[in-house]
Amino acid sequence: MPIIDFANPTRFLTIANRALPWLIAVTVIVFAIGLFYVMNAPDDYQQGATVKIMFLHVPAAWLGMLGWGLMSVAALGTLVWRHPLADVAGKAAAPIGAAFTFICLVTGSLWGRPTWGTYWVWDARLTSMLVLLLLYFGVLALYWTAEEPSRGARAAAILSLVGAVNLPIIKFSVDWWNTLHQPASVFRMGGSTIDPALLTPLLIMALAFTLLFATLHLAVMRNEILRRRVRSMRLMQAQELAEAT
Amino acid sequence: MNLGPHADFIVAAYAVTLFVVAALAGWVVLDYSAQCRTLGDLEARGVTRRSQRKG
Repeated sequence: MPIIDFANPTRFLTIANRALPWLIAVTVIVFAIGLFYVMNAPDDYQQGATVKIMFLHVPAAWLGMLGWGLMSVAALGTLVWRHPLADVAGKAAAPIGAAFTFICLVTGSLWGRPTWGTYWVWDARLTSMLVLLLLYFGVLALYWTAEEPSRGARAAAILSLVGAVNLPIIKFSVDWWNTLHQPASVFRMGGSTIDPALLTPLLIMALAFTLLFATLHLAVMRNEILRRRVRSMRLMQAQELAEAT
Repeated sequence: MNLGPHADFIVAAYAVTLFVVAALAGWVVLDYSAQCRTLGDLEARGVTRRSQRKG
């Protein structure tokens, strides 16, 4: 089957309906394995058991950024090729990315209090992550308040591309500025600085959260396609009523 | 499993994550059933999409 066939909304619905039960099952299994590893992970020699917050905080941060990256790619599809599924993908990623960014900020704050002695500091990493959440709220507001969906989609796509500037700022903020937040410790030149006993559960939980993101994204895209069908049918109904009178 | 002196922070972090993920999943499920119900109602009233019309 040519790849372009996946871009047909009806074909996409068929694929999504088939894939979702499998994705849900795999997500649950990987989460079960990940949580087993988390429960049996040793305490950190400095942070003690609070290191268990890392298994939520780090995947949530990655997925908050991945969500915006996905929206930026979808924005190109909306603005350049004007493909309806690109807009559907971008719109569906926004609430999920916002939720993961929110989880990242809250769990980071709860991790910061016992390790740094404060819930919040205005350092570059924390502030740029908060800016990402505010950008998500901006995109959601554009989608939810636009009277004409296509105009809202274009405005949201432009904001998605502009907001992508924040992604390298988040990533390199710990290198460019002096921050309370620790520097990169998983993906860095010279390899990870995390002990394998903690790195293994972290990577399994990251995989579980990524599968959760994919599952939710597919399900929200399916809902959005159905919502657009409802809107289109209501417009047809209104047109027929206007012609009949 | 001993969570040490900062157990409240660890439990709160997992509880918030569970709540947000559950809320997101609940919204997705409710939205899906609402869209399916509305589509079903419209089809039952004979409303069709332009692409489904013949001739």
